[in-house]
Amino acid sequence: MTTTEPPTATTTRDSLLDPPDATGRFGDFGGRFVPETLIPAIEELEASFVDAWADEAFRGDLDRVLREYAGRPSMLTECHNLGDQLGLQLVLKREDLNHTGSHKINNVLGQALLAKRMGKTRLVAETGAGQHGVATATAAALLNLECKVYMGAVDVERQALNVFRMQLLGAEVEAVHSGSRTLKDAVNEAMRDWVATVERTHYCLGSVMGPHPYPWMVRQFHRVIGAEAHAQFAEQFGGLPDVVVACVGGGSNAMGIFSGFVDDRSVRLVGVEPAGGAATGRGTPGVVHGMHSYLMQDEVGQVEEAESISAGLDYPGVGPEHAYLHAIGRAEYPAVNDAEVVEGFQLLSRTEGIIPALECAHAVAWIAREAPTMQGQTVLMNLSGRGDKDVGQMMDVLGDQLGT
Amino acid sequence: MTSSAPEVERTAPRGRLESEFRAKRDAGRKLLVPYITGGYPGWQDAIRAAAANGADAVEIGVPFSDPVMDGPVIQQASQHALELGTTPHSVLQEIPGLDVEIPLAVMTYYNLVHHPGVTRFAADLVRSGVCAAILPDLPLEESAPWCGAADAAGVETVMLAAPTAPDDRLPRVVERCRGFVYSVGLLGVTGERSSLAATATALAARIKLVTDMPVLVGVGVSDAPQAYEATRVADGVIQGASVVRRLMEGGPDSVGDYVAEVRAAIDAS
Repeated sequence: MTTTEPPTATTTRDSLLDPPDATGRFGDFGGRFVPETLIPAIEELEASFVDAWADEAFRGDLDRVLREYAGRPSMLTECHNLGDQLGLQLVLKREDLNHTGSHKINNVLGQALLAKRMGKTRLVAETGAGQHGVATATAAALLNLECKVYMGAVDVERQALNVFRMQLLGAEVEAVHSGSRTLKDAVNEAMRDWVATVERTHYCLGSVMGPHPYPWMVRQFHRVIGAEAHAQFAEQFGGLPDVVVACVGGGSNAMGIFSGFVDDRSVRLVGVEPAGGAATGRGTPGVVHGMHSYLMQDEVGQVEEAESISAGLDYPGVGPEHAYLHAIGRAEYPAVNDAEVVEGFQLLSRTEGIIPALECAHAVAWIAREAPTMQGQTVLMNLSGRGDKDVGQMMDVLGDQLGT
Repeated sequence: MTSSAPEVERTAPRGRLESEFRAKRDAGRKLLVPYITGGYPGWQDAIRAAAANGADAVEIGVPFSDPVMDGPVIQQASQHALELGTTPHSVLQEIPGLDVEIPLAVMTYYNLVHHPGVTRFAADLVRSGVCAAILPDLPLEESAPWCGAADAAGVETVMLAAPTAPDDRLPRVVERCRGFVYSVGLLGVTGERSSLAATATALAARIKLVTDMPVLVGVGVSDAPQAYEATRVADGVIQGASVVRRLMEGGPDSVGDYVAEVRAAIDAS
C-alpha cells in the first residue's frame, strides 16, 4: 500500500484526533475487554480524565511539571551528516533528552497527577525495557505515591540497570515468571494486581493500549510531542515534513508524534515494527489486554511471544488507534529485522554522536533502508529514547567487532 | 418460589443448567461447581470423580495463553496443558466421551471465542454437549456479539458480578445472565486464601435482592469451611484453585475426595 492511496475505510470523524466512540473504539478497534471487577474503575478513570483534561488548573499543573521537571519542550535536531549520507533531510525530535531518558515521562506525569486527583495512593505499572518502569517510579517518587513495577523475568535479566534504577527511586520491582516472561506477561500481572487493589491503586499503563480510556488518554498525554514538533518544524524548517517516522511496540511514542501531523494528510506516517513483533503488519484482529486490535496469535488464538532485540518492542499486540490508522490507510507499518537494527544503532551513533535506544534504532534502520526511495525528502523521526540502557547489551553483540 | 425479586422476562425457555440449578436450589440443595483445567493430565477422570462425588456441574477451563483473571495455580495448570498441546478443539472433542450426567460449562477467555468467531464457537460448544460458557474478560459492555450467538445456539452465558459493581449495575448484569449468577468472592484473581472475604457473602446478598436466579460464589472460596460459610447466603459455590491444586498434587482421586468433603460441608445444616 502506498500513502498516496485514499483511505480504504470511511470515517465519520472530522479530525483523526477526535476521541474514540462511546464504546472506546477507533473504527473497529479498542473497546474494554476487562474483568467485571475493573469496569467501575475504568469508568471512573475515564470520567476523571475527561474532567481533568478540561480543567485549566490540571493542565497548568501538568504543563508546569513537564517544563520544570521533565525538561520540555524537547528540541529538534537536524542530522546533517547522516542526512547527507542518505540523500535526505533528517530531523530528530529529541525525546531522548527528557528527564528519565525517553518520551515515557509525558504519560506517567499525566497519569500520576490524575491518580493523585482521584485519591489513589499507589501506582502499579508494567515495563518491558524498563523505561516506563523507571518513568513511573520517578513520578511516584515526585508525587509521593507507592509504586510497584512488574517486569518479565527475561527482561529483568537483560535490563538489570533499569531494575536497579527503579529500586533506587523507591519502587518495588517484581519479576514475572509466567508465560513468555516478557512484557505481555508483565501486563497480565499488573492487571491482576489492579483487580485485587483497585480501590487504592491506579494502573499506570505505559502505552496507547489496554482497555478504553487508556489508548486515548495515553495518546492525549503524548500529544505534546506532536504539537511541539509541528510548531518547531514549521518555525525551523518551514512547512511540514514529507515523512514522520517512529518505532512501534505498543505505539505510544508514535501516536505522540503522529498526533501532530495526522490531520495533515500530505504527511506520510510510518510506524516501524520489529520483524519479530510486527502486530500491525503481520498480526490479525484479536482481543488481549483489554482491547480489540491486531495481535500476533497462533491458529487457535493463543497469543504468540514477540521476539526482538529490543525488550521495549517485545509486544505481540499494538495500540488500537494504530490498528485503525492502518485499516484506513492513514499510516503504514513496515518491519525491520534485528540485524538492520544493530546497524541503525551504530549508524546514528557514529554519524551524529547520538546513541539511540534500540527501539528508535528500528526507525533509523527503516530510514536507512528506504532512503533511496525518499531522496531529497524531509524526514522527521521521533528519537523517543536514549541508548544508555542498551549499551551493556550491545557490548555483547558488538564488542569484538569494534576492535577494542 | 419465595423470593419477591423481579423475574427477568424471557422469550426463550430456560437452559438446562439454569433449570436444573433452580430445581435443586428450590428443593433445598446447595450447589457445588468444581473447576477443572481441560488438557491437564487426568482432567477427564477428575471431572468424572467430581460428578461421582456430588458436583452439580463442572466448569471446564479451556487454557489460554494470557489468563488475566487467574492466579498462580490455575495459570500453572493452564500453561502446562498448553505445553502438552492442548487446544480448544482437543478439549471439546473429549467432552462427549466423559459420559457424566451433570451439566458442563466451559470457562475461557474471549480471544479463543473471537478467533474462530462467536457463531462457530457456540456451535462447537453445542456439538460437544457443553451447555454454558463463562468468559471472565467479556464484561456486559462487550457481550452483545457473543451473547447473541450463544442465545441463538442455546448456550447459557454465565455473567460475573463483582464486589465493585454499584447498585445500579447489578440488575443489568443479572439480566444478561443465564444459568446462574457468578458472584465474584473478592477483589482479586482466582487462588486460595486463608479465610473467606467479607465481600463474598455481602455481594451474594446484594445480588439475591435483585434476582431469584441461583447465585454462586466463586474466586477465593478455598476450602470446605469457606464453602459452608458462603452457602449460608449464596445458593452454591464454585471451587477453582483448591480443586486444580489437588489435581496437580494428587490426581483425579484427590479431586473426588475433596469434592466429597465440600459436598458434606455444604449439606450440613
